[in-house]
Amino acid sequence: MHEHIVKSFEDELNTLTAECARMGGLAEAQVADSIQAVVKRDQGLASSLVERDEQLDQLQQDIERKAIRLIALRQPMANDLRRTVAAMKIAGELERTGDLAKNIAKRTLVIVESEPMTPLTRSLERLGKLVLTRLKAVLDAYTRSDLERALAVWSQDDEVDEHYNSLFRELLTYMMGDPRTITACAHMLFVAKNLERIGDHATNIAEMVSYEITGEEMGQARPKTDALKA
Amino acid sequence: MTDAALPKAGVDPAVRRSALEARLKTRRAQEMRFRWYGRAAILVALSFLAILLGRIGLQGYSTFVDYRMSVPVYVDPARVNAGDITGANYDLMVAQAVLAKLGEQDDEFGRTSGKVMALVSNDLGFQVLDKVRADPGLIGKTITVTGPVRADAALYYKGEIERGTVEADRKLDDQQLAWLDKLRAQGMVSSGFNIGFLTKSDSTEPEQAGVLGAVVGSALMLLVTATLAVPIGMLAAVYLEEFAPKNRWTDLIEVNINNLAAVPSIVYGLLGLAVFINWLAVPRSSPLVGGLVLALMALPTVIIATRSALKAVPPSIREAALGVGASKTQTVFHHVLPLAMPGVMTGAILSLAHALGETAPLLMIGMVSFVPGVPGGFTESATVLPVQVFIWENASERAFHERTAAAIIVLLVFMIVMNLAAILLRRKFERRW
Amino acid sequence: MNVNPHITLDAPKASPAGGPVKLRARDVNVFYGDKQALFDVSLDVPERAVTALIGPSGCGKSTFLRCINRMNDTIPGARVSGRIELDGEDVNDRSLDPVLLRARVGMVFQKPNPFPKSIFENVAYGPRIHGLASSKSEIEGIVETSLKRAGLWNEVADRLHQPGTGLSGGQQQRLVIARAIAVNPEVILMDEPCSALDPIATAKVEELMDELKQEYCIVIVTHSMAQAARVSQKTAFFHLGKLVETGPTDEIFTNPRDSRTQDYITGRFG
Repeated sequence: MHEHIVKSFEDELNTLTAECARMGGLAEAQVADSIQAVVKRDQGLASSLVERDEQLDQLQQDIERKAIRLIALRQPMANDLRRTVAAMKIAGELERTGDLAKNIAKRTLVIVESEPMTPLTRSLERLGKLVLTRLKAVLDAYTRSDLERALAVWSQDDEVDEHYNSLFRELLTYMMGDPRTITACAHMLFVAKNLERIGDHATNIAEMVSYEITGEEMGQARPKTDALKA
Repeated sequence: MTDAALPKAGVDPAVRRSALEARLKTRRAQEMRFRWYGRAAILVALSFLAILLGRIGLQGYSTFVDYRMSVPVYVDPARVNAGDITGANYDLMVAQAVLAKLGEQDDEFGRTSGKVMALVSNDLGFQVLDKVRADPGLIGKTITVTGPVRADAALYYKGEIERGTVEADRKLDDQQLAWLDKLRAQGMVSSGFNIGFLTKSDSTEPEQAGVLGAVVGSALMLLVTATLAVPIGMLAAVYLEEFAPKNRWTDLIEVNINNLAAVPSIVYGLLGLAVFINWLAVPRSSPLVGGLVLALMALPTVIIATRSALKAVPPSIREAALGVGASKTQTVFHHVLPLAMPGVMTGAILSLAHALGETAPLLMIGMVSFVPGVPGGFTESATVLPVQVFIWENASERAFHERTAAAIIVLLVFMIVMNLAAILLRRKFERRW
Repeated sequence: MNVNPHITLDAPKASPAGGPVKLRARDVNVFYGDKQALFDVSLDVPERAVTALIGPSGCGKSTFLRCINRMNDTIPGARVSGRIELDGEDVNDRSLDPVLLRARVGMVFQKPNPFPKSIFENVAYGPRIHGLASSKSEIEGIVETSLKRAGLWNEVADRLHQPGTGLSGGQQQRLVIARAIAVNPEVILMDEPCSALDPIATAKVEELMDELKQEYCIVIVTHSMAQAARVSQKTAFFHLGKLVETGPTDEIFTNPRDSRTQDYITGRFG
C-alpha cells in the first residue's frame, strides 16, 4: 500500500496506533502483575499496581483526544477511519482492563489477610495465565494487523468460560466446606470474575481488530458457554 | 520532498549583497533607458502627426474665408431683349457696373471691362440672369447682387499675390491690383465664412468650387458599400466561425480571406472595371459601381473583424446556451452575436472609414471625371472626396491648392465623425459578461 | 440468545439508494481523435438520488458526464460508442434530437455562466425556446417557481430585471440551476458546481441538491471527496478512463473494495 501523500497525516495515524500499542503493553503488564500479586500474595506489588492504573487512564484520554483531533482535522476515510475508530475503542477496552486489574489488586490486599488456599490459587493462576495469553495474542494481532490471530482469539472465548465455570464450582465447594473461608473465597470469586471479564475485553479487542482490517462487522454472536445453564 | 531543507551555498553575505545591488542598478538603468526610448518614439510619431495636420491646416484654413463684392447692377434694357433673356451678356453688365463704381470708362474694345471681369466671379452674372428671368420687370432697374470675387482677386486679398513680384509673373497686373484696393477702400468688398465651400459642388472656377458634390458622392457610395459589405461579411463570418466544419477547405478559405485583405486596392479597381463596367454594364463613375468595388475591398476586413469578435465571446456562453437546449442557430443569434456586436460594429465602421479614403480603385473605374453637380442617385456620375482632392491637386489654378487642403480637412473631419460613431456605438452595445 | 423479540440483532443490509434506474450506460468508449478517454464504462444511475463521479484529474469523469447530454458533440473530433439509455432510449440514436435531449437533461457548469441578460431573461429563455409557456403570465409563473425551487427567489424577487452577472458567485450558480430547472428536466448534470464558490455558497448549493434529489436524478462530478461523501447516495470512482468501482456512498467511503479506490480516497495516490 502506498503511503499518504501528506506525510504528517501518515505520522499522526502511526503515532495513534503506536500509543494504543503502548497502552496495550502497559495493560498487559498490569494484568500480569495482578495475577502475580494474587498468586504470590505480594502486597507491595498490589499497591504499586493500584497507583500505576492512573497512567492507563491518562493514556486512554490522550488517545481519545488524538483520535478526535484526527477525525476533525484530517477527515479520514475508509481504512484510515476504521483505524482511528478502532484505536479509540481499543483504548477504552484497555482502560477497562486496567481497572479490572486494579480491582484484582485491591482484592488481593484483602485476601492476603486470610489463610492461603493453595488449590484455589492454582486454579486461579491457570485462569489468569490463560487470560493473559489471550490478551497478549490479541494485542500482538493488533500491532501486526494479523487477522488470523485475532480471529483465533475471538473464537476461543469459550475456553476462558470453561475455566471460569470450573473455578466457580470449586469456590462454591470450598465455601460450603469451610464457612470461615467465605470472605476470602468471595473475594476470589470476584477476582475470577474480573479475569473472565478481561477475557471478554480481549475478545472485544479481537472484534475491533477484525473490523479495522476487513471493514466488516462480526455478524454472528461470539461462541459462549453460559455458566447459568450448567 | 522539497529542497528547502538543503543548506544554502556558502557565499559571503556582504559580497552577495553588493552584487545584488549592482545588478539592481543595471536593471533600473535599463528600465529608464527603455522608458526614454518609448517617450522618444511617441514624440516622433506625434510630431509627424503635428507636422502633417499643421501643414494641411495652414494651407487650407484660408479657404474658409472668402471675399464678396456687392455690386448694384443696372439692367440695361438696351442690352437685354425681353424675348431672349438668357442671350444677354450679363457679365458685361456687371463689369460695367463695377467700372462705374471705379469711376472708369470702358474702352471701345471692351478690354477694360474684360480686365474688370477677371476680378469678379461670373456667378454675379448668373445671379442677375436668374433674377431677371424670374421677374422680367426688373429690366431697366438696378439690382444689387453679391457674389464672390474671382479666385485670383481673393488670393490677392489674402496676401498670396504680392505687388512685389514682377508683373509678368503675376496673374493680375498692377492696374487690376489698384482697382482691387480701390474697391475695398470703397467698402464694396466684404469677407466672411466661405459657406459656399460646403454647399456647392465642383466648378472650373475656384471661387465657386465646393465639396458638396464629393461629400454626397462619398455618402452614397458608402451607403452602397455598407449595405453590401456589412451584412454579407457578418453572415459569412458567422457561418465560417460557428457552423462550418473545421477541415482543410475551411482553412483554405480562411487563408484566402486573409490574403484578400492585403491585396493592393488598385487590383480591385481593375476587377471593377473588367467585371462591373465592361461585363455587367454598370454605369461608369457612379456611386453604385464605386460602392460595389469598395464593398469587395471591405469584405475581407469585415469578415476578419467579425470572426475575431466571435472568437472573443467566451465558450462558456455557448455551452450555457446549448446546455439549456438551444439549437446551434439559436445559440449564435440569441447569445453569441449580440455579445460580439461591439467588436463587429467597430470592425465594420473602421473598414468603412478605410473605404472612404480609398482613391486608387476609384480612379480605375473612372470617378476621376469632372462632375459639376450633386449626384441625384446611385447611377448618376459622381465623384468622391479623395478623388476630388486628387483632381484639385492636379489643377493649374493656384487657388485650387488651398482648396485641396480644405477638402482634406473635410475628409479628415468625415473620418473622425465615423470613428466617433464607432466608439459611441461600441459603448452603447458593450455588455459585461 | 435473543430474549427480547422486539430487538432485532441483525441490521438489514442497506437498500440501494434512490429509485429505479434512470440512466443506463453500457460499454461506453469515448475517443478524442486518436486518444481514448473512456474505456468500456458501464454504470447505472438511479432516479431521485445524487450520484457522484469521483477520480483524479483526467480520469474521464467529466467526459462521461458530457456524454449523457451529448455535449461532446460540440467538440470536433470526439467520437462516442456504446449505449447510454435514458428511460430506455439511447441518447446517441441518430433520430434523437440533441436539442430535445438537452431539455430533458440539464447541465450546470463549473464556472457559473449566466447569460449576460437580466435575471428574469436568464430563467425565461429556456421555456421560451422550448415553447413551454404560451403567455407572459405563464412565463412569469415558471420563472418564479424555478427561482423559488432554487432557493433564490427571496434574494432576487425585487430585482428581476437587473443583469444576472451582477449577482455573487453562489447566487449565480443557483441562478444557473434555476435556469436548468425551468425547462423541466428529468436529469440534472453538475460538473464541479461548487469549485468556484466559497463554503457558505457551497453549503447552500448542497442543501439545494438535497432538496432537488427528491424529484430529479442528479449526477455530480466533484474533486472534493468530502463533498461526494456529503451529498451523494451512490458513488462511482474513475481512474485513467476506466470505471474502477461503484457502490453506495457510505460503503465506498468506509470500506471500498478496490485498493485503487482506497488509495484515492485516503490520499495515498502516488
